[in-house]
Amino acid sequence: MEYMLVLFSDPKGFAAMTPAQMEETAGAYYAYTQALQKEKALVDSRRLKPASDATTVHVEQGKSKVLNGPYIETKEELAGYYLIDVPDLDAALKWAARCPSAHHGHVEVRPIWPMPG
Amino acid sequence: MTESGEDAHRTAQAVARRSYGKLVAFLAARTRDVAAAEDALSEAFAAALAHWPATGVPDNPEAWLIAAAKRKAIDAHRARRRSEGASPHLALLAEELSIAPGTTQEIPDERLALLFACAHPAIDEAVRAPLMLQTVLGFDAATIASAFLVSPAAMSQRLVRAKTKIRESGIPFRVPQREDLDERLPYVLDAIYAAYAEGWSDPAGTDTSQRELASEAIWLGRLAAMLLPGEPEALGLLALMLHGEARCAARRSDAGDFVPLSEQDTAQWNGAMIDEAEALLRRAAQLHAIGRFQLEAAVQSAHARRRVAGAPDWNAVVALYDALWEKTASPVIAINRAVALAETKGPRAGLAALDAVNASALSQYQPYWSARAHLLARAGDHDAARPAYDRAIGLEIDPAIRRFLQKRKAALGGGQ
Repeated sequence: MEYMLVLFSDPKGFAAMTPAQMEETAGAYYAYTQALQKEKALVDSRRLKPASDATTVHVEQGKSKVLNGPYIETKEELAGYYLIDVPDLDAALKWAARCPSAHHGHVEVRPIWPMPG
Repeated sequence: MTESGEDAHRTAQAVARRSYGKLVAFLAARTRDVAAAEDALSEAFAAALAHWPATGVPDNPEAWLIAAAKRKAIDAHRARRRSEGASPHLALLAEELSIAPGTTQEIPDERLALLFACAHPAIDEAVRAPLMLQTVLGFDAATIASAFLVSPAAMSQRLVRAKTKIRESGIPFRVPQREDLDERLPYVLDAIYAAYAEGWSDPAGTDTSQRELASEAIWLGRLAAMLLPGEPEALGLLALMLHGEARCAARRSDAGDFVPLSEQDTAQWNGAMIDEAEALLRRAAQLHAIGRFQLEAAVQSAHARRRVAGAPDWNAVVALYDALWEKTASPVIAINRAVALAETKGPRAGLAALDAVNASALSQYQPYWSARAHLLARAGDHDAARPAYDRAIGLEIDPAIRRFLQKRKAALGGGQ
């Protein structure tokens, strides 16, 4: 089954890091991604720029309304995702727990709708 | 109905009772679809009632039912998927459910895997026990709802949601490996105990669905202990429930009045159940991994000592509550510990221990107020005991316990 691990974290935490801490964190994500690849569980992964760089669009009565910022303001914001393919929820939860974001933020595990055909 | 027809009817019902959970587990473990498994099985049972009186009971009724349920499941699946064209899933389903009809092959018992799926941490905690009762024992939503004091509509909605979550989120039907078992088993045992606790609140058996709940929870506990004989907490939970159940008859007088544990007639306790509980606890102790359920069962064991020694082992009770407090830091444990302490060190020591409990979290907790009232009365402080009894009486649901508390209060004499 495919799952998306949706990563939430507080961008302030990252901003407050020393260069050494930043390097350590980047190393942890790199190792985690490698481990997923080695286990042939990784489908795709991307890191998102901060929510302050987001722009939100909503179309109402044919008119597009553009808003500065993310759709929902939260302390911990959507920061990226891992799309993984594993046998079941328990396997997905294991990978979620290993994700560095689970320590300094939260990881939401969402099953993916299977595509017909 | 002919005699063989009646036989067939009885056999179908007997198989239903004995095998329901096993068949649901077998089907659901292969499709992850609990609701579809239940639907297919109920149709298979209906088909059995229609066919067996004419054709006779098959040699292996369980295999017959599985084969029939398999056909129903595939039909239902086909109907659902018709608009989406042929599904490769169908072939898979047929293969996964393959068990030759007429075979004498034993249906593998995967009920434990079903219990672990129902009590998965991804399932809402409040629905884990109801879900087990429905899937393993075949309780209908209305019966479960009345036992858990929820409306039938709300309960059936929660059950449907939980089954959808199992199917859609890919919750596995599997007994966890050793490394995860220690983390996951408590969820299963807690849910079984929650079912028991719901039944326990009605000792008079006036509400049959609740009375049944306690014995069915014990049945689930037996199942867990039988399938996990090396898990001391599974044995501890069964011992705890058996100790409680052993006192069932003694908890009410003939007139229906509440009888507190200390005043129960030990001759009315079920000796066989107590002996079984004690044997389970000894077996658990040999596995050298103490846990909450073993400790709570040991507390009940210390109370049960009154049967042979004339008095409970209060020192053991206090020591066991100390150990439980270490493990759980539960205010409920702290209250019980304070009451036990009053037996070994006197009511003032018990009251001091009770004062140390965080009372604000317990302002609506009846046992806190009845313990307080009881200890104040024993310490001779009747003026303080009376309002504490009033709080306890006002918070109690069970009329028999309410009457008991009112009598205790009246025995103090004096003001309102």
